[in-house]
Amino acid sequence: MLEALVDSLPQLLEGLKFTIGLTILSLILGSLLGILLAVGRSYGKPPLSSFILIYEKVFRGIPLLVIFFLIFFGLSQLGLGLDPITAAVLGLGLRSAAYQAQIYRGAINSIPKGQMTAASSLGMSKLKSIRYIILPQALRLSIPGWSNELTIVLKDTSIAFSIGVIELMRQGRYVYVRNPDLILPVLLLIALIYFILVISASKGLNYLEKKYKMSGFEVGVER
Amino acid sequence: MHMLEVKDVHKSYGNLEVLKGISFTMEKGETKVIIGTSGTGKSTLLYCINQLNPPDKGEVWLDGEEITNPETDINKIRQKIGFVFQEFNLFNHLTALRNVSIGLEKVKGMDKEKAQERAMAELTRVGLKEQVQQYPAQLSGGQKQRVGIARALAMDPMIILFDEPTSALDPELIGDVLDVMKALAGSVAMLVVTHEMGFARNVADEIIFMEGGIIVESGPPKQMFQYPKKPRTKEFLGKISTLYGKE
Repeated sequence: MLEALVDSLPQLLEGLKFTIGLTILSLILGSLLGILLAVGRSYGKPPLSSFILIYEKVFRGIPLLVIFFLIFFGLSQLGLGLDPITAAVLGLGLRSAAYQAQIYRGAINSIPKGQMTAASSLGMSKLKSIRYIILPQALRLSIPGWSNELTIVLKDTSIAFSIGVIELMRQGRYVYVRNPDLILPVLLLIALIYFILVISASKGLNYLEKKYKMSGFEVGVER
Repeated sequence: MHMLEVKDVHKSYGNLEVLKGISFTMEKGETKVIIGTSGTGKSTLLYCINQLNPPDKGEVWLDGEEITNPETDINKIRQKIGFVFQEFNLFNHLTALRNVSIGLEKVKGMDKEKAQERAMAELTRVGLKEQVQQYPAQLSGGQKQRVGIARALAMDPMIILFDEPTSALDPELIGDVLDVMKALAGSVAMLVVTHEMGFARNVADEIIFMEGGIIVESGPPKQMFQYPKKPRTKEFLGKISTLYGKE
């Protein structure tokens, strides 16, 4: 049985590639959109900021499986057929953006008001102040929250199984459908792989957080 | 034409009228010090001048341009008005050098190398040559404030507004900052809100005494300290002299 398990490894690793790919693409989409949403809500005027609020509420209020089905099956009924991977990246990314927006907005709000005032006093436009003064500080503060979000997205790629993305879970299923004796060992192996990924990602980000802290940046000292 | 002209500026917060019609003018290189008890709108006046907190009524003119006109490109005007904050407001994520050079780079469009060269020169001028690579968290209050002054100076302003620049400092650090400001007097116009009577007496060309949202009296230091016209001025200066000591 151990042999059969070892034999299944290449197949699982093939699925792992897609798991990691999905995670990276969804996080890129989620981060970029999340930053825009956070800036829009913190600095935007009413129609925009309330629109963003609704977006956040909707995507945080619907289960991921439903989001996936809406994007994959629902849109195809409207004639917008997406391939499973695109649908999965969209679903994960759009939902992650809603959660990440909260992380960034909290960080933006914790930057002392004087930072923006000082930037304005130099004649810096609002957009430039956000870009060069507020965001560099807010993003550093967001690392712990972002690291948490990374592990959630990583784990939730497994739900893409349901719309037919051939990622780690789906490859695992292929293995144990062929050889039902392997169902427990394969699932345990998959669990272990996710666990190792999550742990190493958090460690990596911890390192990043420390590294940036060391450059003398401490928020709240100057108030 | 005056370099700076403040005309009948009013500002209210809710029902509280903080500024009840302030008017005065300033010329190139002049130093004026605004004194008065806390809560009389001295800081509000400074924030009204560079429109960080626009006045409700009245006009502010700088260099022949009406700043208070909504059509004016305020970011362009602000480059001519330096601002030094009570709480320093240095950019926490940037070194002293970058704190000073970032405005030159991102606002004036200077290239990075030139901007840093200029920043280096300004930091040397305020006595912080050794601290250029330090982050705000690594600097003392007095050093932070001198970076703040260098940051304002680097933009080549016509005037620098100082909002109680030494109020947040430990007493032994105040001297360094005041020395830098004394050295600047004459080369750039300065409008200083402060309780440092020694500075007011020795450096100011004119002292403006504010109370209750109006200018009670203004004049050269000698006249203000020795022959104040209004009894209220006399009373205030008497009180503050016993508090801070005569120089």
